[in-house]
Amino acid sequence: MKHRDFDVIVIGGGHAGTEAADAAARLGANTALVTLRRDGIGVMSCNPAIGGLGKGHLVREIDAMDGLMGRAADRAGIQFRLLNRRKGPAVQGPRAQADRRIFRETIQSFLAGRPGLKIIEGEVTDLVMRGDRASGVVLADGAEIHAGAVVLTTGTFLRGVIHIGDEQRPGGRMGDKPSIRLAERIDSFGLPLGRLKTGTPPRLDGRSINWNALESQPGDDEPVLFSFLSEKPTQRQVACGITHTNAQTHEIIRENLERSAMYGGHIDGVGPRYCPSIEDKVVRFGDKESHQIFLEPEGLDDTTVYPNGISTSLPQDVQADYVRSIAGLENARIVQPGYAIEYDYVDPRSVSSSLELNRVPGLFLAGQINGTTGYEEAGAQGLIAGLNASLSAQGRDPVHFSRTQSYIGVMIDDLVTRGVAEPYRMFTSRAEFRLSLRADNADQRLTPVAEKLGCLGKLRQRVFGEKMDALHNARARLDGMSLTPKQVSTVGIKINADGQRRSGFDLLAFPDVGFSDLLRLDPELALVPRQIRDQMERDALYANYIQRQQLDVAAMKRDEAHVIPSDFDYEGLEGLSNELKFKLAQVQPGTLGQAGRVDGMTPAALALILAQLRRLERRSA
Amino acid sequence: METIYALATARGKAGVAVIRLSGPRAAAAASALCGSLPPARRAGLRRLRNADGTTLDEALVLWFEAGASFTGEEVAELHCHGSPAIVNAVLGALSRIDGLRLAEPGEFTRRALENERLDLAQVEGLADLIEAETEAQRRQALRVLEGAIGKRAESWRADLIRAAALLEATIDFVDEDVPVDVAPEVLDLLNRVKADLEHEAAGVSVSERIRDGFEVAIVGAPNVGKSTLLNALAGREAAITSEYAGTTRDVIEVRMDLAGLPVTILDTAGLRETGDVVEEIGINRAKQRARAADLRVFLLDDMGSTVGLTPLAEDIVIQGKADLLSDGTGVSGKTGQGIGDLVAQITARLETRAERAATVTRERHRTAIIRALASIESARNEIERGSGTTELVAEELRMASRALDSLVGRVDVEHILDEIFASFCLGK
Repeated sequence: MKHRDFDVIVIGGGHAGTEAADAAARLGANTALVTLRRDGIGVMSCNPAIGGLGKGHLVREIDAMDGLMGRAADRAGIQFRLLNRRKGPAVQGPRAQADRRIFRETIQSFLAGRPGLKIIEGEVTDLVMRGDRASGVVLADGAEIHAGAVVLTTGTFLRGVIHIGDEQRPGGRMGDKPSIRLAERIDSFGLPLGRLKTGTPPRLDGRSINWNALESQPGDDEPVLFSFLSEKPTQRQVACGITHTNAQTHEIIRENLERSAMYGGHIDGVGPRYCPSIEDKVVRFGDKESHQIFLEPEGLDDTTVYPNGISTSLPQDVQADYVRSIAGLENARIVQPGYAIEYDYVDPRSVSSSLELNRVPGLFLAGQINGTTGYEEAGAQGLIAGLNASLSAQGRDPVHFSRTQSYIGVMIDDLVTRGVAEPYRMFTSRAEFRLSLRADNADQRLTPVAEKLGCLGKLRQRVFGEKMDALHNARARLDGMSLTPKQVSTVGIKINADGQRRSGFDLLAFPDVGFSDLLRLDPELALVPRQIRDQMERDALYANYIQRQQLDVAAMKRDEAHVIPSDFDYEGLEGLSNELKFKLAQVQPGTLGQAGRVDGMTPAALALILAQLRRLERRSA
Repeated sequence: METIYALATARGKAGVAVIRLSGPRAAAAASALCGSLPPARRAGLRRLRNADGTTLDEALVLWFEAGASFTGEEVAELHCHGSPAIVNAVLGALSRIDGLRLAEPGEFTRRALENERLDLAQVEGLADLIEAETEAQRRQALRVLEGAIGKRAESWRADLIRAAALLEATIDFVDEDVPVDVAPEVLDLLNRVKADLEHEAAGVSVSERIRDGFEVAIVGAPNVGKSTLLNALAGREAAITSEYAGTTRDVIEVRMDLAGLPVTILDTAGLRETGDVVEEIGINRAKQRARAADLRVFLLDDMGSTVGLTPLAEDIVIQGKADLLSDGTGVSGKTGQGIGDLVAQITARLETRAERAATVTRERHRTAIIRALASIESARNEIERGSGTTELVAEELRMASRALDSLVGRVDVEHILDEIFASFCLGK
């Protein structure tokens, strides 16, 4: 048997790859990250922002597991905004504009400082196979590197094609080589592949923009950061600009539609509906007279501006024309033209909840290759793939994240049970237990998981421990209060004289009662720090709803407790339709809960599977 | 999947007996008995033979392809002569074919449900249709079987999804070009669904009546002719009648079809003060049943007494033993005088109620609707409170949709996202 050079090899240095490599190493695996160029590690290849609705939740969860993205975004943040500030905490999402250079350098410095992680520059052209199992990589120079597990995070590099108007050239993102030989190896596994597309807008020279003519969008006065370890921004804060397309812009686009790669018939891949190109917007929503554009600075000492909202695959001359038709951009210079990119993805129903390919043990997939879009979605998958690759290499059981516990769990479950029809992006509406899976309590939900796994740094362990103590104490103090309606009403809180005694926490659940109202009932509560008070208010706000959801949570957990072995024989299961047999064999749901979410599943079929599981249990007992 | 077979018509002697087969080997098994099959969906006269070539019967043979049949599977039907001996012989021949077994009770319908040929409400409708004894029952069950509940639910679902999509758009796409104040449209949608659901919830008890029968109680003093009237209505001796007061100690029920409506007539014990303990029990029970009935017919004696029960506005009050009167009013079970009028009055009153029937027919449906209504009401309150916690409104709508799930099928986040993307231009 060949000796092992590393426990885990991660291919790719994007957001999925860096989280995967760092997570694997944090868990004690001897890890290598193989990437084309060392200085390309941690590059933000699309818009210069991290977070948002649903995405901000993912970043918080990555951070709660002691991952990189939150801390790097905080370090690089040049504008912080908490989205949905006026709505409830469950749907508030932190978002930041990030200085590209600082973000990239921060990620690189984190990786450089991670013991047990080695970075190798090179092109992976093939995988080393031992039977069905992936056990290493082959580099372009022919060198073989052996490992216990391999994580593939090649983004849009699989048969990537870049389109600008009717020009096409193979490539991942601009300036990088596509991995065609690696794609052939993936083909040899016979996995179902699909084709997706995504686009970018033309990048503008900020010095050529007439900022004075434009509306400005500053950051929040009280910035909310990502990491539970961060306190305040470290960079100078800047504003974004806002402008709009107009009738003339739309006219130019309409006249040149057939020259766009999309509408000229050069692109077959499916694009995301929530991030359409400007051509799409003009065609699909023809009655809209203008579309909003955010002008996002790419960095403090970078003059490039990212016009968010006008991604395109039109030819360069048309891009220049329509950009200049927009208010404030009359003299704008295009630094890099917008382009569309088409790429292959692997139907994520081919991977298990640990993101390991069902057909190729030892090979884990994370990021865009699984059909997702976005840094945050990629990073979160990288984290899970890295942890599980590390666990697999160490002969330990995989770690799974439930829908009841995290957005990460929701995303992975969606991917592996339902597949994707367009690039998958996180939304808060995807999480049925949204009220309990909040950005503010990501640490309470996941840091204990990380602690148990053993991938938690000392600093975070200490900070988290202190916070939990403070939370428990404050909660105990609130729960210990027992107040009659009369006592309560003396401090001006409106309440029914129903004779029922209530705790401080019960009172906080009233719509108009805040923590400060309780101070007059128990002056000692004044000692509770602001952060802990806020947390109590947020917990209380949803307490009644969360209690109502407990039945659903319990039902889901019950279904997830029924583990379906990976060799479960659907073919021989009497009573299942052929269509379902095929789907189930392809998806290989890990639990009865997941089986229930497979498209086309019926209650009757679930009952058949459960009955068979019981028979198997009895047989083995 | 096994192929199942069973006698689809009632047991016993009849003109025709239909044996049904369903499953992948249905057509093959039928042709094993009858030789060549007629074209799909066309009847053909065939001789059914045992494996040894002896003739079983001459039958009409009919088959349907998978995907175009009641169960969704391949189905074959053998319309034999309705003799128990023939049926047994054919069932026996089928049992000797490999891969076939006798169907469990309800298994054909279950397969239709599993293959999504019918939804749960339609299965209930089918069960009711088979049980239907009267015209109103038949119409109602058929409406359910044809998917009326599903269709109504589909429109509520569309409204709830639209409302949820509007709310979710303001949550998940707050930074983009989506309308900021969606409250008016959401309230409109919720009010519409609410009004519908309230109508359904109110009507479901009437629908249940059509399914299970209306109860009409005949009440009155002892020996006023209640039992004789019941017998006359029923056209047979259902209750014991005698000359002596207090003969009917228990409540006697006779089920009948009045102009298409299923009606159970209750003959109650004569209501009077009594020292007899047993009779007293009977009288109390009679009063209870009479109060709970849908309609009461008060038979008056010479004294005009209503015996401790107050007639409600729609109740019928009529003079009994009209044969002893001379003015031609009232009703007499003995002579049949006034019976036609009485039946017409009962029918008219019940028909007015039947018009209020809802699409939904069962308590299960009503419970789901009440739960959905409660959530919709909370959602409306939350919107009107204007607190901005859109996520709580969205949560209530999620619960409302889930409550309607049993009528409606699953509401999926993908449906909400579809609606959002179809309605708004998103994408910075």
